[in-house]
Amino acid sequence: MQTILPALVSILFHGLAFAMVLYIVSVGLSLTMGLMGFVNLAHGAFAMVGGYVAVTLMNVYHVPFGLALLAAFIVVALVSAVLERTLYTRLYGAGELEQVLFTIGLVFMAGAVMRELFGPVPLPVTPPAMLSGQLDLGFRTVPMYRAFIIGVSFVLIALLWLGIERTRFGARLRAAVDNRRMAEAIGIDTSLLFTVTFALGSGLAALGGGLGADILAIYPGYAIEYLVYFLMVVAVGGLGSIRGPFVAALLLGIGDTACKYLVPEFGAFFLYAAMIALLMWRPAGLFGRI
Amino acid sequence: MTDAIAIATALRQHRPRWIEAIPWILGIGGYFVFSDQLAFGSQILIAILFALSLDLVLGFAGIVTLGHAAFYGTGAYAAGIYAIHVSHEPLSGLLVAAVAAAAVGAISGLVILRTHGLTQLMLTLAIATLLAEAANKASFLTGGNDGLQGIEIDPIAGLFHFDMFGRTGYLYCLIVLFIAWLFTRVLLASPFGQSLVGIRENVTRMHAIGAPVGARLLITYAIGAAIAGVAGGLLAQTTQFVGQSVLSFERSGEVVIMLVFGGIGRIYGAFIGAAIYMIAQDQLAKSDPEFWNFWIGLILVLSVLFARGGILGIIDRLRGR
Repeated sequence: MQTILPALVSILFHGLAFAMVLYIVSVGLSLTMGLMGFVNLAHGAFAMVGGYVAVTLMNVYHVPFGLALLAAFIVVALVSAVLERTLYTRLYGAGELEQVLFTIGLVFMAGAVMRELFGPVPLPVTPPAMLSGQLDLGFRTVPMYRAFIIGVSFVLIALLWLGIERTRFGARLRAAVDNRRMAEAIGIDTSLLFTVTFALGSGLAALGGGLGADILAIYPGYAIEYLVYFLMVVAVGGLGSIRGPFVAALLLGIGDTACKYLVPEFGAFFLYAAMIALLMWRPAGLFGRI
Repeated sequence: MTDAIAIATALRQHRPRWIEAIPWILGIGGYFVFSDQLAFGSQILIAILFALSLDLVLGFAGIVTLGHAAFYGTGAYAAGIYAIHVSHEPLSGLLVAAVAAAAVGAISGLVILRTHGLTQLMLTLAIATLLAEAANKASFLTGGNDGLQGIEIDPIAGLFHFDMFGRTGYLYCLIVLFIAWLFTRVLLASPFGQSLVGIRENVTRMHAIGAPVGARLLITYAIGAAIAGVAGGLLAQTTQFVGQSVLSFERSGEVVIMLVFGGIGRIYGAFIGAAIYMIAQDQLAKSDPEFWNFWIGLILVLSVLFARGGILGIIDRLRGR
């Protein structure tokens, strides 16, 4: 018992931090998929750009962590809103393949530009002095930075859920995800709604990129390397849901950490096999309606 | 249009035309003109074969996949491992590659064909990643990070040695590609191929007329996998090395891009796209390797926005069809 408990706490703790980052990055993708059925593989690129913005602001310009994250959110949200209005909107009626190709093209371009600007190696992340120590939980200490990630994520998720469950915007969004035509018929401007959701989702991804830069290293291959994780969260969670991806991210984050910790040789197999089995059982994901 | 005329038109569509000889004339001409670059020529032929296999899956069966390298890599490793542990004979090695890849294709096809859209896309990607992970971990068999080395191949049919200039390798690839092309062409002209087009164009109606949609898609997926496996096997045999990148996402993405450039859903898209991509990469990546990805990305974005159907699509439009 003496050895099992600390390992268990460690797995749960690091898994939780990983899961929160995954959720914050992926939830926007689930919403845009559910709303417009758009296969946006470039979602990870928004997280990557956000990570670059936040980490550079902190490392080079010594901007406080919170402000740097806010800046990443705003910059990426604006950029994605412009992209959505000018380019994405042309492809809403197009086939899945066109959307995949278009967004993969964006991923390639974003990766190349980041490589040109910041070089091929991952950006070093130096957490602020305040967050660099260890947090004493009484029976075990954990890295302060990870604890901070979990704390911030909980606040963000609470805000997100409140926003979707309790505000007028959230009600419109839920209506449009449920039945877009009906929502349009009662006067909801779904096109504007989608732009706003897309921007917020991308902004959240950017926040997740910056917040999780210590867990998912920020480098030019980011958007491709972690794509399968983001897609898993959305596919397993169920499209258009915000709770589904949360459960999926928890399963994936804690499962991945546990497998790497307990069976490092075969970690990825169990995880992928479990995901594939789960999708065989429920092809539309845990909370999918289709 | 009466039935008789419709049938006659359909038959005429698949009659060989003189223009279809061009790739083979270029292929044989290339052997004499670029005799110092035949190793690269083999790479192009292998890329064409790989893209052709994807065209079956993506262009005809309509399965959007980001994990086609799973089969290419399976074939490459199967051929390499067979050559090292079982026999140096090349043709049986290709057969082993094809069978191994087809088996992986059939099994994974059972999984991915149950799903649609994003989930399907994710599953293709996840299965390829899973195999890449397996190849990485099973280093006793695959060489892991160092790649599979020490592949020796006997002369083809005991007569033609693989020489250091890649002459035999090039002709070997060309002949295999020709056979695969012939097979694909006959397959697509057959009722089986026509039913695939039907499934691609209107699944609901194909279900309604009682076509076994699921079985057809699964068989096509396995055939596509087998041809991709042959392409991988050719790579292993001609370069006598298998690196881990054969299973990578980059390889899966690259082949989709090649096919898109050429034109999806038509046999010759694979030929044009793969050849142009390989040559452009060889030229551009030399002068500016860092930014190669940027240009590829830009061309992808632009082609989706303005030129769907790829190069062959543009040619069709120019000819006013």
